[in-house]
Amino acid sequence: MSQAVATGQERRSTDVVSVLGKFAPLIFLAILVVILSVLRPNFLSAFNLFNVMRQISFIGILAVGMTFVILTAGIDLSVGSLLAFSGIVCATVAKGSRSLLEGGVTDAGGVRVLLAALAAILVGMLVGLLQGSLTARAGIPAFIVTLGGLGAWRGATLLWSNGQPISSFSDEFKFWGQGFIGPLPVPVIFFLAMVIIGQVILKYTQYGRWIYALGGNPEASRLSGLNVKMLITSVYVISGFCAGLAGFLLTSRLNSAEQVAGQGYELQAIAAVVIGGTSLFGGQGGMIGTLIGAMLIGVLNNGLVILNVSPYYQQIVIGAIIVLSVYIDQLAKRRSRA
Amino acid sequence: MIDNDAAYPRSEPGQTPLLRMTGIDKTFPGVKALDDVHITVFHGECLALLGENGAGKSTLMKILSGVYQPDSGEIAFNGEVVALSSPRQAQALGISIIYQEFNLMPNLTVAENVFIGREPNTSGFVNRRKMEDDTQALLNRLGVSLDPRSTVRDLSVAEQQMVEIAKALSTNAKLVIMDEPTSALTDREVDSLLEIVNNLKAQGLGVIFITHRLDELAPIGDRVTVLRDGRNAGEMLMSEASPEAIVRMMVGRNIADLYEKTGASYDPGAPYVLEVRGLSRTGSAQDATQIVLHDVSFGVRAGEIVGLAGLVGAGRTEVARSIFGADHIDSGEILIDGKPVKITTPRDAIRHGLGLVPEDRKLQGLVLNLAVRENIALPSLDKMVKLGFVQTRQEQSLARRFVDALNIRTPSLEQQVLNLSGGNQQKVVIAKWLALQPKMLILDEPTRGIDIGAKAEVHSLIAELAKQGVAVLMISSELPEILGMSDRILVMHEGHIVADVPRAAATEEVIMRYATGVDRAHVAQVA
Repeated sequence: MSQAVATGQERRSTDVVSVLGKFAPLIFLAILVVILSVLRPNFLSAFNLFNVMRQISFIGILAVGMTFVILTAGIDLSVGSLLAFSGIVCATVAKGSRSLLEGGVTDAGGVRVLLAALAAILVGMLVGLLQGSLTARAGIPAFIVTLGGLGAWRGATLLWSNGQPISSFSDEFKFWGQGFIGPLPVPVIFFLAMVIIGQVILKYTQYGRWIYALGGNPEASRLSGLNVKMLITSVYVISGFCAGLAGFLLTSRLNSAEQVAGQGYELQAIAAVVIGGTSLFGGQGGMIGTLIGAMLIGVLNNGLVILNVSPYYQQIVIGAIIVLSVYIDQLAKRRSRA
Repeated sequence: MIDNDAAYPRSEPGQTPLLRMTGIDKTFPGVKALDDVHITVFHGECLALLGENGAGKSTLMKILSGVYQPDSGEIAFNGEVVALSSPRQAQALGISIIYQEFNLMPNLTVAENVFIGREPNTSGFVNRRKMEDDTQALLNRLGVSLDPRSTVRDLSVAEQQMVEIAKALSTNAKLVIMDEPTSALTDREVDSLLEIVNNLKAQGLGVIFITHRLDELAPIGDRVTVLRDGRNAGEMLMSEASPEAIVRMMVGRNIADLYEKTGASYDPGAPYVLEVRGLSRTGSAQDATQIVLHDVSFGVRAGEIVGLAGLVGAGRTEVARSIFGADHIDSGEILIDGKPVKITTPRDAIRHGLGLVPEDRKLQGLVLNLAVRENIALPSLDKMVKLGFVQTRQEQSLARRFVDALNIRTPSLEQQVLNLSGGNQQKVVIAKWLALQPKMLILDEPTRGIDIGAKAEVHSLIAELAKQGVAVLMISSELPEILGMSDRILVMHEGHIVADVPRAAATEEVIMRYATGVDRAHVAQVA
């Protein structure tokens, strides 16, 4: 530990394992892309790549919020259910009138779409505020609070809509999930924008520094004058914001607010964050890793489909990759500590 | 370099040493941690292994306990050359190590901890009676009165250490390594530990004792081996060693006036910067009825260093944390510059110009995986932000200024603090408060577990701060430090301030009598 300083030299580690540990997800991704493009030349087509990106953009947006949460050593299991709940609220606001909720009548479009999007995001943030406060102020572990949320918001979704999906929206509404700006699908633009904003916040702002400090050592952070309770609450609000945004975009993409929307997304979002190298113990990791983690999951899903591998294998492969990437990460850390 | 071979080996000719390590080399990426190091321990002998942090003591002991493998060199145990490829194997040979941080399971009992993994059993069912009886026998052998059935969580640090030693004995240890066993103990507890070490020696065991507190070696040490920068710096017989000679060997230079602060830098008639009135709190995590603080009142003036002495558990840390808003209080008043203030969080305290260098730098003082720069800037980030964005340039120049001023030895500002030595980590903690230019700095055990060179630097730093008019409250378990640094010494006993001793009247004996509750003085009430 202290030997490095005894001689006043910086330890230069050119160790293969530590380099591999840092870039493992990226290397995985690159290998995967190369293999797929050799086996199926049309994999690399712009159409397919954007398709892959669009598929993962909803989970990816959740993963952006999840990165903030996990950096503080927290967890948010409720995002999948919250996505569905904010989606159904969003659909209701878009339709405006109860009579439109049933049957195939489309919403009015225009400013209603904006209101609907804001409603989804607001619902997400309010739920995040509630869950964050229960964690930070009442001291209930985040795992428990959001596990409760995982059940409760799905139930609330069913209750709200009486078990029926709300479908058929105007073109203006559908644009946000189905449309393109230039060659880019709109949800992909949102996903990438969120990643960039998240990265800038984490790396360059005071808030970002606070998040890393808090995740690294909550007690030292508190004694350094950080408002720890406010900070913990805030990451769940961010996560809720992301769930609300994803809820709106997915509803638009599917042209329907479904009760089962986002089921299991929470685990995929966590997987993207963890594969991207963010430590579940907090204080280490970042948004670029999450982007790579999400892309890896997306490419894997897509690749296995175009290779005609049974979808059952996909889950096994992703499971194995989660374990493997964390293992390599830990190997690298052990190496650099020895 | 002093290499006093006359003192080595100590024992009668022909006796096989219990342990002989020769020519040990160990290199980590970029650092030669050990270079041709040799040590010898005889049966029934206590070898004091000394050296500054980073000198290689811990690495050497990790090799001896099988955690690391040496690059080259030979280890002979009881005259036989051995390869220690795992901690398990070292233990099987009879080498036991007691770490600074204990490896006990807090929720299990003393007996369960002692026999963990080796429970006496009948076809899988633990024989509780036998386990507890055997533990009792071990504790008797150590001369410790502890109930084998009590839960480890409820024991004091000193008692937990006894459990660790009992655990070592239960594995039939022939060589016991104690890595800074006294750093968290009060003086009285240290005495009983030293007695136990003598006890172990009398039973023919070898002991390797690592410490930073030289005064405690006299009653137990037979021989001293000093390491410096990964090499042997010298050996001597304890009977021939003076603390000055040892320190000189450790640092390669003379340190005079180790604890001496010269001259008072405050005006005794000046008003208090910080004044505390009637601080009280009942109830600790273990015991809801315990009186933690009772009517604690005192004041600190600008430029004054007030020492806060007392045994572990007397309430010193609690005073510091209460003033700083880290712990709640039941009643009491805090005044800054004569005005009552409300401090309920550390944030409030910082806003009022207070700083706290906490007791445990790793758990409370630093974010270990952040860089030196980020740690130094953390409390003062507010001043270096534009529209929420950290002004990295400003941050760097701030960190650079304090790294230079405090002589923090780090390869760069971007180094993670977890890679620094204890003394340099502590200087980072101090730096982060100095960066805020506090009116008042509270230091809780500012030199615990750091080496002698760094200690002297921290002391002169504190003295310098006082000279610049900062009010200082310093908690320390080391009496020479308290006596050497303080203008005035407050002594605590069981949550009360029992004495307010001016520098001129303070001796170790006076302080200890108050701290142990032998004497109670009338404390001049601050008005």
